[in-house]
Amino acid sequence: MAQVTLNGVEKRFGDTQVLHGISTDIPDGAFVVIVGPSGCGKSTLLRIVAGLETQTKGEILIDGRDVSALEPKDRDIAMVFQNYALYPHMTVRQNMAYGLTIRRVPAAEIEARVARAADILQLGPYLDRRPRQLSGGQRQRVAMGRAIVREPKAFLFDEPLSNLDAKLRVQMRVEIKKLQRQLGITALYVTHDQVEAMTLADRLICMNAGRADQIGAPIDLYTKPSTTFVAGFIGSPAMNLLPAQISDVGTDILVAGARLGLPVDHGIPAGRPVTLGLRPEHLSADAAGPLTLSVDLVEALGADTLIYGDIAPGMQLTARLPGATPVALGERVPLTIAPENLHLFDATSGQRL
Amino acid sequence: MVRRFDWFPHLTIWIGIAITAFPIYLAFIASTWLPPDLAQAPVPVLPGPHGADNWGRVLFAGGTSKVGTTPVLLMMWNSLVMALAITIGKIVISLLSAYAIVFFRFPGRMVCFWLIFITLMLPVEVRIVPTYQVVVDLGMLNTFAGLTVPLIASATATLLFRQFFLTIPDELVEAAKIDGAGPLRFFKDTVIPLSMTNMAALFVILFIYGWNQYLWPLLIAPDAALDTVVLGIKKMMGGVDAPTDWNLVMATALLAMIPPVAVVVLMQRWFVKGLVDQEK
Repeated sequence: MAQVTLNGVEKRFGDTQVLHGISTDIPDGAFVVIVGPSGCGKSTLLRIVAGLETQTKGEILIDGRDVSALEPKDRDIAMVFQNYALYPHMTVRQNMAYGLTIRRVPAAEIEARVARAADILQLGPYLDRRPRQLSGGQRQRVAMGRAIVREPKAFLFDEPLSNLDAKLRVQMRVEIKKLQRQLGITALYVTHDQVEAMTLADRLICMNAGRADQIGAPIDLYTKPSTTFVAGFIGSPAMNLLPAQISDVGTDILVAGARLGLPVDHGIPAGRPVTLGLRPEHLSADAAGPLTLSVDLVEALGADTLIYGDIAPGMQLTARLPGATPVALGERVPLTIAPENLHLFDATSGQRL
Repeated sequence: MVRRFDWFPHLTIWIGIAITAFPIYLAFIASTWLPPDLAQAPVPVLPGPHGADNWGRVLFAGGTSKVGTTPVLLMMWNSLVMALAITIGKIVISLLSAYAIVFFRFPGRMVCFWLIFITLMLPVEVRIVPTYQVVVDLGMLNTFAGLTVPLIASATATLLFRQFFLTIPDELVEAAKIDGAGPLRFFKDTVIPLSMTNMAALFVILFIYGWNQYLWPLLIAPDAALDTVVLGIKKMMGGVDAPTDWNLVMATALLAMIPPVAVVVLMQRWFVKGLVDQEK
C-alpha cells in the first residue's frame, strides 16, 4: 500500500472544463471518499488516477513516483467498477487470476493468492462458477477479489454499490470498510451516496462542478460545511438554506422579516444579507420558538417524524422531530434551534462566514 | 393436465414436409435407375436396381457423357476447400477489421467504416468485371486463390461483429487494461471467446454462401480440375451434343446437398444460440 498524491489535476473536454485543479493526499492506508452529484467530475477524477483518462494539467504521484504518463497497468492500482466488469466467459477463479497470469506470477503463487482472497471474501464454494451464475453481491465480491489478489498500491472504487439493492448495499458497505481496515488498503472511493460517503470515509472530498468544495473528516463536513453546496449535500434530509439578514444591532438574525430572537454574535456587520443554514434534525418544537412552520406534509418514519411546510410565503422548511410527535396537516408548529447549530454563509459567494 | 391430441397442426406440418421432401425423394429414386427408365411415361416412384452403380460412378469415375473426367468426389473436395476458405477467411478478416473499428481511435476510422459499409451495396456480381481483371492480372486464374480471395472481404460479417463488439461494456475493456492485457491479449482472451456463438452462426451462413457459389467459379476456374460440385451439376446438364444422364445428375445433386445439411445439423445448437442470445 502506498500514499497517493494529486497535484493540481485539471481536465478539459474540448471547451468544457470538468476539473478545475484538484489537489489532495491520500495517506497510506486511508479511505478517501469523493462524493458529489452526478456530473461533478468525481468519476473523471478517479479515472485519471487509474490512468483511463489523461489529465490536461497536473500530476498524480503514487508512492512518490510520478505516474501521470503511465498506462493503467504500470500504475500498480486495482479498480472495482460499478457494473463489476467481470469477464463473463471466465470462472470466478480465472477472473481473479487473470491479472496475475498476465503479469507472469508463478502458478503456485497465483493459486495461493486466489485461495486467500476467496477465503477472505467467502467465495470458496463459487470459484468454478461463471459470473452469470452469481448474485449481485457475490459478483461484487469477485470484483473485490480481483483487486485484492493483485496486492496493488491503491484500490479505486467507482460507485461499487450502486447496482445492489438497498439491504445488500448496507451489508457490502460494512464489508468493504472491514476489509479495508483488515488489509490496510489505501482506497479512493467515488460515490454519489452521502451515507456511504459519511460511513466509509476517513477523509471526505465533496466535489461540486469540478472543484473540491471541501476536504476533511466526514464529521467536519457535517458540522462545519464550508459552502452552501456542501451544507446542502451532506446530511439527510438536506439542510434548510434560507435567505436572511444580520439585524441592525448585529447580534440577531432576521428571517422573512422576523427576528430569530437568538442572541448570536458572529462578528458580522449589521444589515448584511446572509444565507442561514438550519439542519432539520437541529430544529425542535418549542412553544416559544421564533419560527412557526405551517405543516403541509408529514412523513412519520417511526424513529423520526419529518414535517415539511413554510415559515413565510415561499420559504420552505423541513424539520425532523422525535418519532412520537403528533403533528397534523395544516397545524402551525413553533420551532426553535440552539444558537451553536446555526450556519451562516455569504449570500452571494455561498462561503461559510 | 393432459392436452388433447391436436391433429390439425400435425397434419399441416406433415403436408408441408411432404411438399418439401417429395422432390428430394424423386431425385433419390431417379438416381437408382438408368436414363431410359426415366424417359418413359410413368416415372418410377420406387427405388430401382442401379443405385450403387450410379453413385459409385459419379463419385469416383465421373463418367457422364458430358464431363467424363471429373469425379464428383474431387468436385466435392474443391467445393469444400472453397467454402471453408471463404468462410474462415471472412470470419478472420471481419473479426480483425471490426475489432480495429470498434476498439481503436485512429485517423480515418469513420472513413474506413463507411468504405466497408458501402461495399455492402456491391455484391460480387456488380464488381465482377473489374474483379475478374484484377485476378487475371495477378495470375490467379484457375487457382484456389483466385476462387476464394476476392470473395473473402465481407462487409456483412464486419458489420455484424461491429454491432456485437459495441455491446461489450467499456468497463470490461478498462478492467482488462488495468489487469494489464494489451490489445492483442484482450482480443484473444476476451473478444474471441465472447464472439464464439456469433462466429458459429456466421460459419453456418457463410459456409452455405461459399458452397453455393456459382457465377464466380464459372468465370475464374474453367479448368475441369477445379470444378466445384455446383458447377459440375450445371456442366452435366443440357446441351445439344449429348443427352443428359438424369440419374447421374440426381445422384450428384443429392451429394451436393449433404455438406451444407451436415453443417447446419451439427452447428444448429450454436447457430440458434448465436442468433437469439449473446454470451455475455
